[in-house]
Amino acid sequence: MSHHHHHEQEDSSSTGSTDAYSRRLFMQQGMAFLSMATTVPMFMQRSAEGIMLPVGSLVSSQAGIPEDHTLVVIQLAGGNDGLNTVIPYGDREYYINRPQIGIKEPGKGDSSALTIPGADGFGLHPNLTGLRNLLDDGQAAIIQGVGYPNPNRSHFTSTDIWHTGNHSGQGYGWLGKYFDNTCEGQPSAVSSIAIGNKAPLALHGKTQKAVNFETEELFKWAGGSVNDDLEIPYDEINRKEIREAHDRDSQLDFLVRTSLDAQVSSERIRSAVSTRPLVSYPNGKLSQQLQLIGSMIRADLPTRVYYASLGGFDTHANQLNGHANLMRQLGDALNTFQKDLAKQGNTKKVLTMVFSEFGRRVKQNGSSGTDHGTAAPMFLIGDNVQNGLIGKHPSLTELDQGDLKFNTDFREVYSAVLEDFMGADPKAILGKKYKKAEVLT
Amino acid sequence: MTLSSVKPLDPKEFDERKAQHLLQRAGFGGTTKQAVALSKLGLEKAVEYIVEYNNITDPEPVLLDAYDKDIIRPLTAAERKVALKARQDKDEDTVDKLRKERQRRQREDRKQISEMELWWLQRMVSTPRPLEEKLTLFWHGHFATGYRTIEDSYQMYLQNNFFRKNAMGNFKEDLVRGIIHDPAMIKYLNNHQNRKQAPNENLARELMELFTLGEGEGYDEDDIKEGARCLTGYTVEDHDFTFNSRNHDTGQKRIFGRSGYYDGDDFVDLIFTRPNVAKFIVNKLYRYFVNDLPHGKTADSKKFTISISNLLKRKNWELKPILKTIFLSEHFYDDSNMQAIIKSPVQLIVQATRSLNPPQRRKMVQTLAVSADLMGQRLFAPPSVKGWDGGRMWINTSTMFMRQNTLLYLLTGQRPGSASWEADNNQFNGMALVEGNTRDPKDAITFLLTALLNQDKHDRDRVASLENYMKTQNNTINNETVTGLLTLITAMPEYQLC
Repeated sequence: MSHHHHHEQEDSSSTGSTDAYSRRLFMQQGMAFLSMATTVPMFMQRSAEGIMLPVGSLVSSQAGIPEDHTLVVIQLAGGNDGLNTVIPYGDREYYINRPQIGIKEPGKGDSSALTIPGADGFGLHPNLTGLRNLLDDGQAAIIQGVGYPNPNRSHFTSTDIWHTGNHSGQGYGWLGKYFDNTCEGQPSAVSSIAIGNKAPLALHGKTQKAVNFETEELFKWAGGSVNDDLEIPYDEINRKEIREAHDRDSQLDFLVRTSLDAQVSSERIRSAVSTRPLVSYPNGKLSQQLQLIGSMIRADLPTRVYYASLGGFDTHANQLNGHANLMRQLGDALNTFQKDLAKQGNTKKVLTMVFSEFGRRVKQNGSSGTDHGTAAPMFLIGDNVQNGLIGKHPSLTELDQGDLKFNTDFREVYSAVLEDFMGADPKAILGKKYKKAEVLT
Repeated sequence: MTLSSVKPLDPKEFDERKAQHLLQRAGFGGTTKQAVALSKLGLEKAVEYIVEYNNITDPEPVLLDAYDKDIIRPLTAAERKVALKARQDKDEDTVDKLRKERQRRQREDRKQISEMELWWLQRMVSTPRPLEEKLTLFWHGHFATGYRTIEDSYQMYLQNNFFRKNAMGNFKEDLVRGIIHDPAMIKYLNNHQNRKQAPNENLARELMELFTLGEGEGYDEDDIKEGARCLTGYTVEDHDFTFNSRNHDTGQKRIFGRSGYYDGDDFVDLIFTRPNVAKFIVNKLYRYFVNDLPHGKTADSKKFTISISNLLKRKNWELKPILKTIFLSEHFYDDSNMQAIIKSPVQLIVQATRSLNPPQRRKMVQTLAVSADLMGQRLFAPPSVKGWDGGRMWINTSTMFMRQNTLLYLLTGQRPGSASWEADNNQFNGMALVEGNTRDPKDAITFLLTALLNQDKHDRDRVASLENYMKTQNNTINNETVTGLLTLITAMPEYQLC
């Protein structure tokens, strides 16, 4: 690679236009062809080894993945109180167990539950107006009572169980395994992107590694802010092969190629999110993350899985206000994100899944909060979901140590998403065949 | 004849570069001056100095009462009675009060484990006995135990000191026998729940699979079941090991085709009769100290590890002689084994701190501990009982930036991994590092590349990039430009190797 390339890339990255983007994309591919014999970014080498990719292939589908389907996963971290999310107001047991924190039935004044069309006795948290909108638009599946056998009530372990799809919570993540299984030698360095300072276990595969960053500005080297003059030599160092002969696939070669991947991914991601979104997102942490994801989807990054999370759900004390605030953020963020996708014309290709590591105890505790529980609702948002309330609500009287018994195993939901949305074999990923939950159309 | 593969290095060849290699691998690297001093000792004395660290006084001996051992403690009989009564009486106020008290203790304990994390990191940076800490870290990854499962910081502290005390002891008698008596490990692998009536196989399985034999190497599922029976009753009382004979299965067990009324200690003895033990642990030490072999073993490494395994058996599982033999060997200093291991996050941070001497920064150790976590390594919190996978698993595009930015922080004070870039303006004394090589930028560049990458020859393009940077600075050598050069060198992919 010569110096010219470097400068042309620099030039195009300074503008956010589509033209500049295509040009840069072309440069990246051109760069790979020129340097195939020496240093190739990891994602190029894994996929192509000498096979010339047609121009544009970086943004089109990958072998084994249906077209451009993209999954967005949102974790409500801390254990969302499912019973105050989907309210079983028709069951008096609910109010007996929750005298201080129970949500009033619809129509009973301020802060009473929202109705769910066609689901008598069940309502939504009053602040989930965004989710109610999505239901009205036919874009929301609310799956009741999702969990797994022998529930674990530790945040860490239960999170690991949901992330790996197996009860030991050990091993690779289910989405990492999805990439390992379906796209051997997958061609993109940005197949999965997590917003956050750590990549979640769900995205860790044997070969698959996620990109993660809190904000795009942290997904780069910060030396330029110390001294501008460092930028050019830094770029040379991290985009160039080492001339001295070394083994192909030596440790050094691996590091050089990962470093090049990092530069290319960083540039593409930062260019993608530099555009102004088509709709205005509300404030809030989840909103900010979904805005970033919306921009990346709009820029057609070859990313198949995005991961976001919202914390604060561990509501052990005085939960009413805090939980209400989270419900507002969640509903509004989901609704705005879906509007953004609609304006982009991308609602068909994107499916959003919302889960929490567990729900909470039926009976409120002595501090007007709730302790760790078990089953809880999951949401799927998109054009091709079974709209409305799905499955049976767990009984409030037949409990297991004070906790709800699950009706749908979360892996039944994973199986439906993997097979019907991602075009993958769920058994190969989950290690076992599960009945597919009827959640997609 | 077999020993030809572990023949010692010709002492004449033990130069600064090889001394730095020894410092990096048997510890966390050092300054150029330290490497020079070590090389002047000569090979034998240098290795002696590193390995016989007990001869060096520890300025900060570990104190068992440095931390509160009672934050998490079992309830007293009286407290248990109160709790039970409150539950029976459905006395919500008392139940709630007790819950809050438990949560308060848990919070306090999490604070304590964070303090221990900083203490250990700081200890690695400042110890005059680096091999001791490097081995302690090795055993922490080998007998991996995670705080978040056992939720008792003092037990993690006791285990950490157990590793340190036995770091270079006897693999069989001190380490493996010790670990089945270690409270943290017993809890981590559920052996406190392993009872005659209800056996739990977790410890028996990992004892063979991960600690001594390797997966599926010379044992089967029946051996695990029988081994679990041997370990019944090996449990914990507060912070001490205790043998609960009521829960111990005194019946006859059949393991590896032999029968007897074995207990857990007999089980260890039986495991050490298996042929794979020496090879298994030597391979792991080899990957940690010599070469992590991303493509599997080479002919040389195979011969070398076989010889070392035989030596370990001859020395009855004593670790010190084999470590000495490794550090003296020609193979250890072979070009193919130098700058061949991807630094762990802890290695990266500690080595950089020890070799560059950055200025003290506000909340520096905290910042570095957070960085290490974001790079994938949090002390006292390995991801699973398998420990850290290491090698290439440390590296992805995000951790690559995190590594570069952590070095940038050490050198300039720019805080990594935080949206609020709180700069710390304590200036790095770059001039101290290049001392005597300050007149010509070319000399300075060569000197710094040699010092930081431990190379004897440098890539032309790399040198050219650094020279171009110096031109933009009018070829002036001062603290700022030397710092600039260092930020660039530490951002090189090759800086990730040691």
